[in-house]
Amino acid sequence: MSNRIVIDPVTRIEGHLRIEAVVENGVVKDAFSAGTMVRGIEKILKGRDPRDAWAFTERVCGVCTTVHALASCRSVEDALGIEVPRNAELVRNLMFCAQYVQDHVVHFYHLHALDWVDVVSMLKADPAETSKIAQSLSPWPKSNPGHFAAVQQRLKKFVESGQLGIFANGYWGHKAYKLPPEVNLIAVSHYLDALEWQKDVVKIHAIFGGKNPHPNYLVGGVPCSFNTEEVNAVNTERLNHVGSLIKDAIAFVEQVYVPDLLAVASFYKDWAAIGGGLENYLAYGDLPTRGYNDPTSFKLPRGAILGRNLNEVHEVNGKDENEIKEYISHSWYKYGAGDAAGLHPFKGETEFNYTGPRPPYEHLDVEAKYSWLKTPRWKEHPMEVGPLARMLVAFAKGDPDVKELVGAVLRKLDVPVTALFSTLGRTAARGVETQVVAHWMKGFFDDLVANVKNGQLATHNRLHWDPESWPAEAQGVGLTEAPRGALAHWIRIKDKTIDNYQLVVPSTWNASPRDASGQRSSYEAALIGTPVANVDQPVEILRTIHSFDPCLACAVHLYDPDGRQIHQVQFN
Amino acid sequence: MPVSQESLWETMKGKGYSRRDFMQFCSFAAAAAGLGTQATAAVAATFEKKARPPVVWLHFQECTCCSESFIRASHPIVADILLDAISLDYTQTLQAAAGAAAEKCLQDTLKAYAGQYILLVEGSVPTGADGAYCCIAGRSAEMILKEAAAGAAAVIAWGNCASYGCVQAARPNPTDATPIHKLIGKPVIKVPGCPPIADVMAGVVTHVLMFGRGPELDAQGRPKEFYSRRVHDTCYRRASYDAGLFVDAWDDDGARKGYCLFRMGCRGPVTYNACSVTKWNQGTSYPIQSGHGCLGCSENGFWDNGPFYRHLPAVQGFSIESSADTIGAALGVGVAAGIAAHAITTNIRKRPLIAETIQESSASGQTEDEEAKP
Repeated sequence: MSNRIVIDPVTRIEGHLRIEAVVENGVVKDAFSAGTMVRGIEKILKGRDPRDAWAFTERVCGVCTTVHALASCRSVEDALGIEVPRNAELVRNLMFCAQYVQDHVVHFYHLHALDWVDVVSMLKADPAETSKIAQSLSPWPKSNPGHFAAVQQRLKKFVESGQLGIFANGYWGHKAYKLPPEVNLIAVSHYLDALEWQKDVVKIHAIFGGKNPHPNYLVGGVPCSFNTEEVNAVNTERLNHVGSLIKDAIAFVEQVYVPDLLAVASFYKDWAAIGGGLENYLAYGDLPTRGYNDPTSFKLPRGAILGRNLNEVHEVNGKDENEIKEYISHSWYKYGAGDAAGLHPFKGETEFNYTGPRPPYEHLDVEAKYSWLKTPRWKEHPMEVGPLARMLVAFAKGDPDVKELVGAVLRKLDVPVTALFSTLGRTAARGVETQVVAHWMKGFFDDLVANVKNGQLATHNRLHWDPESWPAEAQGVGLTEAPRGALAHWIRIKDKTIDNYQLVVPSTWNASPRDASGQRSSYEAALIGTPVANVDQPVEILRTIHSFDPCLACAVHLYDPDGRQIHQVQFN
Repeated sequence: MPVSQESLWETMKGKGYSRRDFMQFCSFAAAAAGLGTQATAAVAATFEKKARPPVVWLHFQECTCCSESFIRASHPIVADILLDAISLDYTQTLQAAAGAAAEKCLQDTLKAYAGQYILLVEGSVPTGADGAYCCIAGRSAEMILKEAAAGAAAVIAWGNCASYGCVQAARPNPTDATPIHKLIGKPVIKVPGCPPIADVMAGVVTHVLMFGRGPELDAQGRPKEFYSRRVHDTCYRRASYDAGLFVDAWDDDGARKGYCLFRMGCRGPVTYNACSVTKWNQGTSYPIQSGHGCLGCSENGFWDNGPFYRHLPAVQGFSIESSADTIGAALGVGVAAGIAAHAITTNIRKRPLIAETIQESSASGQTEDEEAKP
């Protein structure tokens, strides 16, 4: 028996995502992923001051805020030959790390957990037993019976009010939920704790960038200044504040998030064999320690893995026109050379061609075009991007911190390394990454303090701030890693304004439709073989999709509604 | 443990409101929902028995920064809002249900609480291509907005997208991104900013619960308690401006002393927001305090009032006292008019520069529509 199920909207994500899946005999046989919203930010950027682009592109996504601003600043700096001062690199790294830690924790508890955690079941938990389990997991000081009893009582009253709010119509009681009531109570309790904590760690963005979401960036460095003789600059009090927030972040990640992740995962080990999907992984890497132009100095390394072969990491070059190409055979665009062509972003050609049904509609025609996302490929291969890709590349390259933690997680769950290639592996990799990054954040902070101590205060390179110093034409690429995966901006500057601007973002890699040769991208590939016990309650599909942490506003903006060809960009 | 299972009537009673006040509020809510006085009794019945007002949060063309900001609220924290203050029945960012189960949450609330739910909208609505630029569950954003707005007791536009169209409405506005007040025939409380400050969002949502009525609004529909002061007038660096102490280059001596960022393009003089008083992230900082000028993100058309690093004409002649009363009314109309108002009071020597900026601003800025006129 075959069923076509539609999940639209996919909730607990950023943006507007639609999944259509064909389920046969309780298993997904085929799947189609569609982005259903566009804004056209690339077109809006044309003709503007390149130094303003970070602010426009930062608004591509408010969940992974800051990462587009960073990619944008780097693309302009690459085009103009600007190197940022060491303190600016450290501040950017600190903001990057704070973003990862906040975003990954919020993803686990507020976007992903309810796929594994039954909120209603926790009402049956014994608070004393819950406390005993929690204390066996970690030394987190709030794990006492009184705390759990209070949380349970609060949720009980909430449920009894009959107004279930954000928990209404969940698939509660579904047989795919396997946690005992006590573990559900721990998770729900920490759902609330994480909600309260996450607002604090982002104060690091407010201290260096003035606000969060959407802190301020600056081409050539960072906007804040250091001065230990001044209350109106980043001084000892501000640095102490950052230091305290980092300390709290490490504690939360190590005592709450990672122990919860492992506890939940231990009940779902069957998901280490589900949702693997593609066998190729791509990471641009980030967290430079000797400048953006030296990828060998990155704490998160750059590279590609093919066929799950961890013995070989391939070099990746964003400027090589034979590496990254975008296809549109199933996307609402058309190419001059025909819809089967693949084009490098430098030669990107974007002509709007909506052929989908006029809303309201029941189904998309998946044999034809069915998404606003283009389909990127690396050397013609579909690639998975994200925390799993980053951790695999770091693992394969022998990063000692990553190797140690990945090993510890595998031992704890008693699963082989191949378990990483799965829905569970993706979710676990995010936890490993969070822990590694939280500690690196402390290292960057110590380096920054040491610089200030030594009187090294500079945060901005003024060399090419003035457009009068720019060449008539310039072009550059800014590579980074959003929490959700590899992110790149390409810019072409002409007559001191933006001539062309292109973005290829993580969810374009993962959530895109098939390419011209019919190869599936990450979401569609990972769903094949996923069990679905009840087609009216497809919680299993949500587990795999959420394991990627979808972010659709990023992915869909690549079009030109006037049908004009986006300028071609040539790199040397 | 701050558990509140009181109905709105009980809450109001507890705060000293009379039955008459409560009925007045109910008639306000009924009128706001376009239901007329005959519906007042039904509205009152709901608020008497229902613990938390039902709330629907719609997402259209947005980046979710407003939702992210909302969960940064520190007083009250967002868990208290969600568990004790409101019943957030539909929000694609946080709700457990997905697909058909999520859409059922929306339809259930629209039907069961017609005329009684609060509608929060994040994002602009693209009217181009028959709505194909933004679809949810196969329906266009415009269809969903109009359906949900019809029975809403109050409509709140979160952020610059829903209020003014924001970045996707910047030139050339490829998708015809439209602010929601242009599509629905009822008053909209605008809470602009990209995003709005978390505690401002929490303040707007809880205002009704705390005082039993909606917040006082200015001519543009913004709550006066958060948007009646210019960032410049309340900025702690204002003294540097008045003394002529400026940052002239990034990380220069003036920057390290925290001088005024006016010459680096700061839009504080033409921006109405609570940043320099309420500040961001539990009072931690705000853009100017951290060394970058204000982008003007709570103003209509701020994306086209650039480039961001070109500075505004000087704003001498404004004093803190006069700004809100006399200039404020004019500035409330929009950035273009605001700069015109500056011109009137500005030093004659600066006239050529001002004229140039007015021209640029008029050419680029989106003009505010009729209801914005004071």
